[in-house]
Amino acid sequence: MIVTQGLRKSFATRGGRGTPVDAVRGIDLTVGPGEIFGVLGPNGAGKTTTLRMLATLVRPDGGEAVVAGADLRAEPATVRRRIGYVAQGGGTADAVTAREELVLQARMYGIGKAEAVARAGEAMEAFGLGEFGDRPCGTYSGGQRRRVDLALGVIHRPRLLFLDEPTVGLDPPSRAQVWEQIRRLRADGMTVLVSTHYLEEADGLCDRIGIVDHGRVVAEGTPEQLKKEIAGDAVGLVLRPGDRPRAEEVLRPLEWVSGVETAGGDGADDGNEGDGQPPELRLYVDDAPSALPQLLRVLQAAGVDPVLVQLRRPSLDDVFLARTGRPLDQD
Amino acid sequence: MKLLRDTWLVFQRQVLIMIRTPVWIAVGILQPLCYLLLFAPLLKSALATSGAHSYADAYRIYVPGLLSALALMGGLFTGFALLGELRAGIVERSRVTPVSRVALLLGRALREVVALLIQALLVTLLALPFGLTVRPLYLLLAFLLLGLTALMASSVSYGLALLVGGDAALGPVVNTIAQPLALLSGTLLPLALAPHWLRTAADWNPCYWAVEGMRALFAGDAGAPAVWRALALMAGLTALAVAWSARLFARRIR
Repeated sequence: MIVTQGLRKSFATRGGRGTPVDAVRGIDLTVGPGEIFGVLGPNGAGKTTTLRMLATLVRPDGGEAVVAGADLRAEPATVRRRIGYVAQGGGTADAVTAREELVLQARMYGIGKAEAVARAGEAMEAFGLGEFGDRPCGTYSGGQRRRVDLALGVIHRPRLLFLDEPTVGLDPPSRAQVWEQIRRLRADGMTVLVSTHYLEEADGLCDRIGIVDHGRVVAEGTPEQLKKEIAGDAVGLVLRPGDRPRAEEVLRPLEWVSGVETAGGDGADDGNEGDGQPPELRLYVDDAPSALPQLLRVLQAAGVDPVLVQLRRPSLDDVFLARTGRPLDQD
Repeated sequence: MKLLRDTWLVFQRQVLIMIRTPVWIAVGILQPLCYLLLFAPLLKSALATSGAHSYADAYRIYVPGLLSALALMGGLFTGFALLGELRAGIVERSRVTPVSRVALLLGRALREVVALLIQALLVTLLALPFGLTVRPLYLLLAFLLLGLTALMASSVSYGLALLVGGDAALGPVVNTIAQPLALLSGTLLPLALAPHWLRTAADWNPCYWAVEGMRALFAGDAGAPAVWRALALMAGLTALAVAWSARLFARRIR
């Protein structure tokens, strides 16, 4: 459904002076028909620019892409007819109702008036907009608005739908509802490309994901595959303030420890909690149960007494950490 | 055909939004009324040297200028509405559809033209009790001229909004353009009162000719050269402005 090769885009800095900013440095992705594909990455990784390029909103500076069976650069109009796109901020006018927006959107795709009205009615039902859809959009909650955005994005029945951060800012029940709608679209045979910086979203919703950092794809596969690629297990150590340098010093040289990273917290080793989670030193080992006793001995010998030791299955956060050397959820 | 259909779609939608936003309508009506009721009465004495010996004379000179100013200023400030829609993602939602790019511009500009013409009609009607007289056919010509002015001004404003990109910058830019244009066209006071050098400068301002044409039409002198000159100039300029703005729209808003 989508094949891209070396897609890039840089933006001139304001006024055209200075060096251009490379938003996307080279995206290679393959998205198969009927899958929910997640583009996972931190804010500023180039996710939105990538989506906008694929949705014909931004002209790529270089690279190739075939989107929904048409060449992105040579036939943008064909691509445009076959895809749907929902921007991060949506795009409804406060003064008009969801039904009016749906009819207008259908008509902008060239659909006749009677058919547009019929489709708006169907969409109201399919996305559960009946209760509020005849009130002005300005009165909706965040979750309601998002459902309207989704309905608008598929009113012309595209084969491929782009969703830019579809659940950002939503409460958990609304998020679950949006996921459900997205899964329903896939069940109807639609391919969905979702950008997100939420790990749970990439893990729980997406069939396959591409991890993007600094405008490049650093990993691609199913969440399971990617997690399996992280050899072995992860061990999280919560240390007393000030113990971290010493611990790193003794752990790094060990052969059976394949990686030592800092994750969680606010990054600074001052004992303050950044996001409610204590900063953690994360180690990757082949087999945690047998490595643990050895690990504790080494630490004790060095005079480091961990506050907490936790065993964890590798998460997508670990995948990101392993590929980029930074944890994902630092913002 | 597609362009017409799409323009109509965008236009309808913009009208709907305008009708649902009563504040706009209130402001749009109140502003010209203030000029008409609070400023125009001063003019009888002020315009005495231009041959105004009665309120009717004063209004005949003043109203066409006021209408031209409305069309020019109203048009030039519509860029802000576009910036708002760009920010809200409304324009982007249209951009992913195959809808004509020129229609996105024209539909919006035409809504502006219609709104300004309704304002103008209101002002004209309210000036009638003060003794303003104008022949219906000439009024029609005057409104054609006004419509062209408004279409040109809104196209320029959309173009500027796209170039400048932000509210903070658009304000000063529009003001800088609008102020000399309006002053140098004698919208409020006829430039016949101005010293020679000012009149020479005004000769180079197309809006001056538009205002002169308006005044001639309201004075019942449709044969005056100012009328056809104004119509020709504004038609040409409007075509240029729409072409320029549409090109920017198509390029920036692919």
